[in-house]
Amino acid sequence: MKRLVLILALCAPLPAQAVEPGEILDDPIMEQRARDLSKGLRCLVCRNQSIDDSDAGLAKDLRILVRERLVEGDNDEEVLDYVVARYGEYVLLKPRFSPMTALLYLGGPLLLLIGGGLIWRQASARAAQPITTAAPLTQAERNRLHEMGIDPEA
Amino acid sequence: MIAELGHFALILAFAVAIAQSIIPLWGAHRGYAEPMRFAEPAAMVSFLLVGFSFAALTYSFINSDFSLKVVATNSHSAKPFLFKIAGVWGNHEGSMLLWILILSIYGALVAAFGQNIPPALRARALSVQAMIAVAFLAFILFTSNPFERLDPVPLDGKGLNPLLQDWALAAHPPFLYMGYVGLSMPFSFAVAALIEGRVDAAWARWVRPWTLLAWSTLTVGIALGSYWAYYELGWGGWWFWDPVENASFMPWLIAAALLHSAVVVEKRSTLKSWTILLAIIAFSLSLVGTFIVRSGLLTSVHAFASDPERGVFILAILLVATGGALILYAWRAPQMEPEGVFAPVSRESGLILNNLLLSVSTAVVFLGTLYPLFADGVMDEKISVGKPFFDFAFAPFMIVTLIAMPLGAALSWKRGDLARVMSKLWIAAVLAFLVGIAFWALRTESSIWPPLFIAIAFWAIFGVVVDLAERIKLGRAPFSESMRRLGRLPRSAWGQAVAHIGLGITAFGIIGISAWATEDIRVAQIGDRIPLSGYELRFDGVESSRGPNYRIDGGKFTVFKDGKELTTLVSEKRFYPVQQTQTTEAGIRASLIEDIYIVLGDRQDNGGWAVRSYVKPFANWIWLGALIMTLGGVLSLTDRRHRVGAPGRAQRVAPVVPAE
Repeated sequence: MKRLVLILALCAPLPAQAVEPGEILDDPIMEQRARDLSKGLRCLVCRNQSIDDSDAGLAKDLRILVRERLVEGDNDEEVLDYVVARYGEYVLLKPRFSPMTALLYLGGPLLLLIGGGLIWRQASARAAQPITTAAPLTQAERNRLHEMGIDPEA
Repeated sequence: MIAELGHFALILAFAVAIAQSIIPLWGAHRGYAEPMRFAEPAAMVSFLLVGFSFAALTYSFINSDFSLKVVATNSHSAKPFLFKIAGVWGNHEGSMLLWILILSIYGALVAAFGQNIPPALRARALSVQAMIAVAFLAFILFTSNPFERLDPVPLDGKGLNPLLQDWALAAHPPFLYMGYVGLSMPFSFAVAALIEGRVDAAWARWVRPWTLLAWSTLTVGIALGSYWAYYELGWGGWWFWDPVENASFMPWLIAAALLHSAVVVEKRSTLKSWTILLAIIAFSLSLVGTFIVRSGLLTSVHAFASDPERGVFILAILLVATGGALILYAWRAPQMEPEGVFAPVSRESGLILNNLLLSVSTAVVFLGTLYPLFADGVMDEKISVGKPFFDFAFAPFMIVTLIAMPLGAALSWKRGDLARVMSKLWIAAVLAFLVGIAFWALRTESSIWPPLFIAIAFWAIFGVVVDLAERIKLGRAPFSESMRRLGRLPRSAWGQAVAHIGLGITAFGIIGISAWATEDIRVAQIGDRIPLSGYELRFDGVESSRGPNYRIDGGKFTVFKDGKELTTLVSEKRFYPVQQTQTTEAGIRASLIEDIYIVLGDRQDNGGWAVRSYVKPFANWIWLGALIMTLGGVLSLTDRRHRVGAPGRAQRVAPVVPAE
């Protein structure tokens, strides 16, 4: 527990050094792929940092691992599969769509549909009634008009 | 002694708040004037007591009274004066005291300037405010007493986290709290209106200034935090979708929605119960934010476990406040009949769309922030939800918002005509399209998306400008007539236009920096030249020096463009011996086109230094836009119709321009 606190303290938003010069691949296109992949992978001992931003040792190991897989010829998806197989879904900063994360992904659009639907229903209910609606006359009011010599139906 | 007096004042404030939360409410219920009037002096006395208590703590920090635990753990005798003061709220206890102080300031403001608010509504609102104060004063007194003494007294303090020793971060919490706590005002007015069972245009007019103030200060607070992250954390990141950031962003979004729906209540006497609900949710999200930050639950489960008492306490406040208000809402809201009728295409509908988009995007942030907790607790699965998810899930709603914003703002009340609006705004669309094309041509290597999004951001900006020009009949009436109309536009119309332009500008900055930032990472020897997209940097060496409470390694760089010397930059590494930590001060050449951003890394074995250099295009537009949004909020706030004390006089201001 104490060690964990120490690790977390070390990873707190310290000025990040992140990717070190020695790690960079010679092939700029492959390096860019490595950077893009790194941005989506979580530094496991940090607080909400990708391995691309973190200077923790474990993040460095992961960055090197990603680059090794790329050099081996893996495509992006294979690299992610490889990392997930080792570290679990937790490592992905953008979780994959699955029954477990369905609510996360569909919550927003679903709310938009429900909210939009409710508003639409209310709007069409309003549209059904003319814009200037006066309450119909009560019987007492009709009688009064009648007494004044006005035909309420006219 | 001073500290004990401060503690005592806080206890007195607690007693006053208890009385204030009961007596005026009872008076309003019975219709007795005297107990109702009790609220104002009580609010004033609360403010004086809490203010004294806060001053006592500040005094202890300035004088480095290390017999106080918070001072000993968060301050140091060699710390610069400004950061001794900032140290007051740079820790849990002190920041909660700041929270209460701001709450009491708002209460005193209502008491001092709320004379035109009907006495019963005012009494009830101040009672509800006092209930919040009771809860948080109890929280401070029972779990987070800032006046706790130490024995034996340490010789010197442990100092403030060096990262926090920065002007932007010193000012960040007060602004953020002014926003968070400011949302307690609409909440209190909403609850008071629910108790009273009446919401009308006047109610909205009293609520709007408080919401505006809260939203504006929250904007400043968030922008300061983001700007600080940009220049201090060392790689130019400015937003991380961190739970703590989301905690401030959610109330900001909902406060923006509330501002817009309150307009509808005020002008058209409809959307009442929705507005009340938003007011409740906005403050609840502030409490959620306080809970997230103060319990540490989301940042680290362990921090929560190490101090569950505080987290549970705030959670209880959150549940009682939100739950109580929502129950009251469910009971009373159905009685609130909408009055104003409007067509499906109208300003009202535009504002409803705004509310829908803002609420749903808030829900997306909420889901993303809490989903890991939910997945862990309910499905026993550990997942992460970070920046890539939020960028993906949040951005579409903002893009739709930007597209819809100028259209909605240009529609007329009751019954609008989209075709007519487009016949006015087409020129904005054309201009925005041209800007997009220009960006596409200038940045040939980029994909089609960034220029498209930039065109959308500029559509939002130009749309507002064209709408404004149309309203003053620019080009259709004599110039002097247009100028006269411009001068007569109500301040709130100015505020709206300026804030909308600010949003477009921030969006532009975000798109620019996200799409076109470039970087270079290398080991550089002194004298090396580093090419960096169009620039060349010369590494001139590292010089050591001393700051007030730190040592400096300053990396010197000369920046060249086309062979000509442009500027020199110093990137510092600071070492704070008290905390044994190091911070970086990036060397930044800021400009509106692009920032050159240099960070000096560690010395390497071969005598070289790790050097990271970045070009960050349009970065400053992000915060410039936020500043402009704030300016818009402040402009609206100065509209005489919103002046808290002046709703009566408002009717006499002849509307020159038919409806805003």
